[in-house]
Formats: sequence, C-alpha cells, structure tokens
Amino acid sequence: MDKDKVKQIVLDIIAEIAPDEDLNDVKSDVRLRDQLDLDSMDFLDIVMELRKQHGIDVPEAEYRQLESLDSCANYLLPKFEAGATA
Amino acid sequence: MSNFPRVVMTGIGLTCPLGDDLPTYRSALLSGKSGVSLFPVRNMGEQPAGVCSFDQTKYQNRKEIRVGTRAGSIAIFCANEALANAGLELASLDSSRIGVYLGITEHGNVETETEVCQLFDHYDEDVKYWTHHHNPRTVANNPAGEITVNLGLKGPHYTIGAACAAGNAGIIQGVQQLRLGECDFALAGGVSESIRAYGIFAGFKSQGALASHEDPAKASRPFDKSRNGIVVSEGGCIYVLERLEDAQKRGAGIIAEVAGYRINSDGTDYVLPNPERQEECMRQALTNARMNPEDVDLISTHATSTPQGDEQECKAIRNLFGSSEKTLINNTKSFIGHSMGAAGAIELAGNLPSFEDGLAHATINVEELDPNCALDGLVIDQPREKKTGIRVILNNSFGMLGINSVLILKKFDS
Repeated sequence: MDKDKVKQIVLDIIAEIAPDEDLNDVKSDVRLRDQLDLDSMDFLDIVMELRKQHGIDVPEAEYRQLESLDSCANYLLPKFEAGATA
Repeated sequence: MSNFPRVVMTGIGLTCPLGDDLPTYRSALLSGKSGVSLFPVRNMGEQPAGVCSFDQTKYQNRKEIRVGTRAGSIAIFCANEALANAGLELASLDSSRIGVYLGITEHGNVETETEVCQLFDHYDEDVKYWTHHHNPRTVANNPAGEITVNLGLKGPHYTIGAACAAGNAGIIQGVQQLRLGECDFALAGGVSESIRAYGIFAGFKSQGALASHEDPAKASRPFDKSRNGIVVSEGGCIYVLERLEDAQKRGAGIIAEVAGYRINSDGTDYVLPNPERQEECMRQALTNARMNPEDVDLISTHATSTPQGDEQECKAIRNLFGSSEKTLINNTKSFIGHSMGAAGAIELAGNLPSFEDGLAHATINVEELDPNCALDGLVIDQPREKKTGIRVILNNSFGMLGINSVLILKKFDS
C-alpha cells in the first residue's frame, strides 16, 4: 500500500457516490469540495464506504482530514497499513 | 360546488406497467394487453407484479437517483412529464405558487427493509453501518419533497396517507388547495414503490389476499369467479390542476373538469370493506357534483381481485346504479395490478381518453364471471363504444382502515 493506492481507493469510492462527476483531472492538493460537486452528505458516504469496504473508521472529529486527496492519503495510509498488519 | 372556483386538469404525467405516457398506456388498455409480469421478491421467489420501466435518468442525474428513493424517482418523472404535457415552463412561473400533493399508501417500507436486511446479512446488526440517508428517504413527505428539490419549487408540498384511496385523495387535496388560493398550480396524484418491499407481499399473503396464477398476466382478475387476491404494482400519475379561469387565460388545453368528490370512512374494520359506506361515498360525491346516477357514463371500479372486496364494491354499485342503464363499468387493475397509492390516479388516467374516443376499455381476465359481481354495465373482454359518448367518469378508490374516496370528472364544456 502506498499513497497513490490510497488516493485511487478514495477516487473509486467517489466514483460510486458521485457517478456523474468527471474524475479524470482531480487535483491532489485541492479541496475535493472545491473541484467536485460534493456536499456534507457525500462526505458521510465516503466515511461509510471506507468503513464498509475497508474496515476503516474515521471519527467525526477527523472528517476534515478527508478534504483533499493528499490529506486523505496522509491520513488514511497508516490506517490501511495498520489494517494490513493486523 | 357552484360557490367555488371550477378546477380543471391541464396536464398528465404517468408511469405504469403498461407505459410511461398516456397514449401508450391507453393503446395497451384498448388492445387488452396485460402489464403484469414475474418479479423477484426477497424471501418469496418470483411473484406476479406490475413493474415500471421509465427512464430514471430523463430528469435525474445518477447521484440524485442513488440518494433518493424509487418513489421519489417515480414522482419526479411524473411531475416533469405532467408539466411538459400542460405546456408549462417553470422558468416563466412563480415557483412559490406551485403546490405538490401526492397520495401514498405507505412510504418508507422499502428503504427500511433494505437497510435492515443489509445490516442482518452483512454487518452483524451493527448500527454503525446504518445509512445516514435513511431519515430523508423515509420521511412521509419524501416523494413530494423530492419533486420540489428536483424542480426547485417553493410552494407547499406534502403527501396524503390514505391507503389505497390515496390516488384520488391527492387529486382532491390539490383541488381544495386551489380553491383556497394556496397555490395557482397543483401537481396532484399518487405514487407507489411498494413492489420493492417484500413485507407488502408477505402481508397480503398472510392475509390470504395475494394473487397467484401460473400465468402472471392472468393473476389480477377482478370479478372472475376464481380470483384469489391482489397483484402488487408500482407506478405514479400526477396531474397539473388549475383553476378554470387561470387555465383559460393562458390558453391551456383542458383534459377534464373535476366535477365532484367525496372521502368518507367506514368506521367499522381495519381491513374489511363496508359496501354501505362505499355506496354512501359515491352518493355524496354525486351530490357534490350535482349529478344523479344516470349522469355517470363510466365507473372505474376499485376492485382489487380479492374475493370479498370485489363483491362488496359490486353490491354498493348495484344499489346505487342498478337503475342506470346508461352507466358502463370497467376495471383497470385487471391489466396493471394494484398500484396502491397511485392506483386511483393511474386508473383514472387510463379512462380519461374516453371523453374523446367514446370507448370504455374492458375488464380483462374474466373467464367466468362471479354471479355476485354481475353488473349490467360491466365491460368485459372487449372495449365497448358508447354511441352517445362518454362525458362523466366516476372513479372509485378505497383503502384499509375503511377509507373510501370517489372522484367525478366530466368532459369540459366551455
């Protein structure tokens, strides 16, 4: 697992949640909400899919860690790695 | 009703197992074609059901479809189609003057069942996997509210819970709100997504009221001696209603005028119908419309293909219309099954073209007429033309807990 793989996992989830969005040119360092039509309910969907598909829990206080692909990768990579070694 | 503004229908949008527009639906009714097919139901195998095949993406993007409900998608499709049919463009209207009034038999069963089953099947009943979409999907106003979100409407919206009398009840509510001046346009009718909840099927089965037949097309057979229950269907039908004066001012095409209505209660039983109250409801609707039984050209029956319900409705009709030789009687559920909260609105729509063509569509699947359901004007197998034309339709729609609704439409005379 590396950061690029984490970013792809998040993009795959967004593709399910927001199937009308073009995800070919998503910038890693820009807030997802600033470049895609995502609202707070969509972010709850991202949190839910991380839980359902990958067993990763994101506490409410840490939701802002998911604001961009870069921040997602930084925040989630240790959780994925911890899950892989568990 | 002479003191109240006259209210007319100026647009229809629908989806039902026989089509997604009125000409297609009407053509199938006149050709005697059933819309019932086998449908996989959780825990119950394939069941005869009425399934709609409208294009959900015509008026919604994929995210809206994912977040919303099937009933919401049905409602959005019908509302958009109705506005187009009425020749209305939202951009030129005051959206705060458009009201949405939708009848529902139930809402939320589908979404709750799906979530509960997912929790039991995959997540060991751990509620942290329960979707945050559950409450907006299951609030009772959901189907009407989804229309307002989709169209950006700012007027009132709500649903009317009226069991299987709801299709008529939604239209009646729209008429009343127009007369009160609460809106200038009413999007009114009914919707149902019930085929996607196995509990609806299981409930009817436990009650001994779920239809079965080796040929699904023959499962819904009101008035037939061997009828054995209801075919559950989904669908929706929404009308654009306007005050006559407003409709004429904008040069709208007028489909029909609402002549009268009545809703009453049996006050007797949770499930069993009450023919005395049904008869009273029809009589009071006629009084409301300032008509006599002889004025009614066509009765669109509610009959759902249950042994007792059909017989009771026939008894009520016989008592009131027995002496009316000119009244024809038909049934649309024999084609499309029982679309629950949408039934009254969809069944009425299928009959409205008779104002133009003078034809009463048939009741199909009556292989042996139950003598207890024999009515003089019953149209069976083939459509019947009424030489003097069809100018008045009485639409019955009844439901559990003893709710009866009757709506009378007349051909518009300028």
